[in-house]
Amino acid sequence: MSEKEIKSLEEIFEARIARDEKIEPKDWMPEKYRKTHIRQISQHAHSEIVGMLPEGNWITRAPSLRRKAALLAKVQDEAGHGLYLYAACETLGVSRDELFEQLHSGKAKYSSIFNYPTITWADMGAIGWLVDGAAIINQVPLCNTSFGPYARAMVRVCKEESFHQRQGFEIMLKLCNGTPEQKEMAQDALNRWWWPSLMMLGPTDAESIHTEQSMKWKLKRKTNDELRQQFIDQTVPQADVLGLTIPDPDLKWNEETGHYDFGEIDWDEFWQVVKGHGPCNKKRMKDRVSAWENGAWVRDAAMAYAEKQENKKVAKAS
Amino acid sequence: MNNKDLYNYILGIADNSLILGQRLGELCGHGPTLETDIAGTNISLDLIGQTRSYYQYAAKIQGEGKSEDDIAFLRLERDYKNVLLVEQPNTHFGYVMGRQYLFDVYHLLLMQGLANSADETLAAIAKKGIKEVSYHKRFSGDWVKRLGDGTEESNEKMQEAIDDLWTYTDELFDLTESDEKMISEGIGVDASAFKNQYYDEVTALLKEANLQVPEGKYFIRGGKKGVHSEHMGYLLADLQYMQRTYPNMEW
Amino acid sequence: MSKNWPLWEIFVRSKNGLEHRHFGSLHAADAEMALANARDVYTRRSEGVSIWVVESKHITASNPADNGELFEPAQDKVYRHPTFYDLPDEVKHM
Repeated sequence: MSEKEIKSLEEIFEARIARDEKIEPKDWMPEKYRKTHIRQISQHAHSEIVGMLPEGNWITRAPSLRRKAALLAKVQDEAGHGLYLYAACETLGVSRDELFEQLHSGKAKYSSIFNYPTITWADMGAIGWLVDGAAIINQVPLCNTSFGPYARAMVRVCKEESFHQRQGFEIMLKLCNGTPEQKEMAQDALNRWWWPSLMMLGPTDAESIHTEQSMKWKLKRKTNDELRQQFIDQTVPQADVLGLTIPDPDLKWNEETGHYDFGEIDWDEFWQVVKGHGPCNKKRMKDRVSAWENGAWVRDAAMAYAEKQENKKVAKAS
Repeated sequence: MNNKDLYNYILGIADNSLILGQRLGELCGHGPTLETDIAGTNISLDLIGQTRSYYQYAAKIQGEGKSEDDIAFLRLERDYKNVLLVEQPNTHFGYVMGRQYLFDVYHLLLMQGLANSADETLAAIAKKGIKEVSYHKRFSGDWVKRLGDGTEESNEKMQEAIDDLWTYTDELFDLTESDEKMISEGIGVDASAFKNQYYDEVTALLKEANLQVPEGKYFIRGGKKGVHSEHMGYLLADLQYMQRTYPNMEW
Repeated sequence: MSKNWPLWEIFVRSKNGLEHRHFGSLHAADAEMALANARDVYTRRSEGVSIWVVESKHITASNPADNGELFEPAQDKVYRHPTFYDLPDEVKHM
């Protein structure tokens, strides 16, 4: 194909997206569109399955049977969401095993929030309330993104996710209505998860390299800073209901803008964690890699068995 | 207590579900594929659901105003009545599926009996349980076959697991005093009556799975009497951590 | 030797009376496992009463590049639609 032909295909393609038409896997698409989608969808999938680990850490220690079941169901959902997203990614011609390989080698990124440790039960509440809250803000607009398989996966994810944040908030509420010790546990969790949750919405617009292109392809509807503001505006009143204090002395309502002003985010910490030097980066990767490696003989056995059964069937038929 | 034997009988069944559910819960996020993680969690959730129904009923029978969580989390190790089989660790996936299968075959036979119990509550729990446990057995049995008749390596690993776990199977059929009392009242199920059926079924599947049926005649027992393996204390340390560290709080 | 589990497409009937609809895909070593996995992955919230699984490689798909010749010729065949025919208003039940 000549350069001119590609250019005209690209124009037609961009026009389709601008008209809100969906792109399906077998449609012609610019190489950059394919690559960007593989990167973003797989990053999203990786975040789901790495995200299972900090919460999985508390399944065996959940304080009641009801909480244990809810937490199990939530972590299981995350496996499901990872699975839907990997499948969406696979329609772009890359296998799940290749994507795992990228994750395990450190080539692929995942949400840096999961590199923080979960050290008390209240962290299960804070993650559900704050981390899932921030994730939902990011995810809901993706239900209308331009790439069909991604949009469809996100519809399913968002539908299932709706119980996650409520589950987290309920844990917090119970703690805040409990003994002083429990309330302190809740406040401590908020103190530790607040800033990482704000960072989770991505670098400031000035630093963000992908925003403009992503907007055009409807991978993003709002900028990182807009999303962050939305998150803060909706979360502060929720903290008030809990009777907890947001750990930001500069946080205050701005009558003029109709938004909360907030303090400086420690971006050095953010980049440190993103670059692999957070408290749990190494442990998270080790856990994922060992699950995969320890499972190799199981996956091989299942394939070998399937082939034997198939051969038996063929032998019987002939 | 109104009916100590019924209470003990319920716990004898429920504790198996709790402890096995707890063991499976350790695995979520660490399995060989996402699909198996999701499946294993489903089994764990079924078992914990059953546990809650049993404990809620047991708490009512006990009549001391205790909750399902009091029973689940606040007993001493010697008071847990689960069989040794279910507390065995997740050494590798072969152990997980082997333990599951060896328990599921028993569990289904037990539920089928319990569905006819003179106690309506137990019969209702069992009727719901039959559907869940039938699926567990199919799932674990399929995996024992895949691993047994898969690769050379998987065959060895599955055989290792079966050899180790076999020694805990006989305890499934032991009857405690409370069991006998409940059987005589038409409430309990006489597990010893389906022992042969159990071994026939398990043996047939192991053969189909290209595995040797262990010939060991020595079995280890004790869980039903509260004498557990060394693994149990650690399992309970996790399970009870919150309730022990923060007594008398709502979660 | 590692060979990856193949990809399967999952179709679920939500309730009797409705058709099986494509729900998504997953990996499994064989059809039995694909059914089991589909049950655990796609019907955890009572979404289905029946499942079909098809290994993805067995699906033959039309090529979007052919969309012009495949689908556009149908667009001007308006006489296939009831609104093409003008009838007086007093004619009922038609």
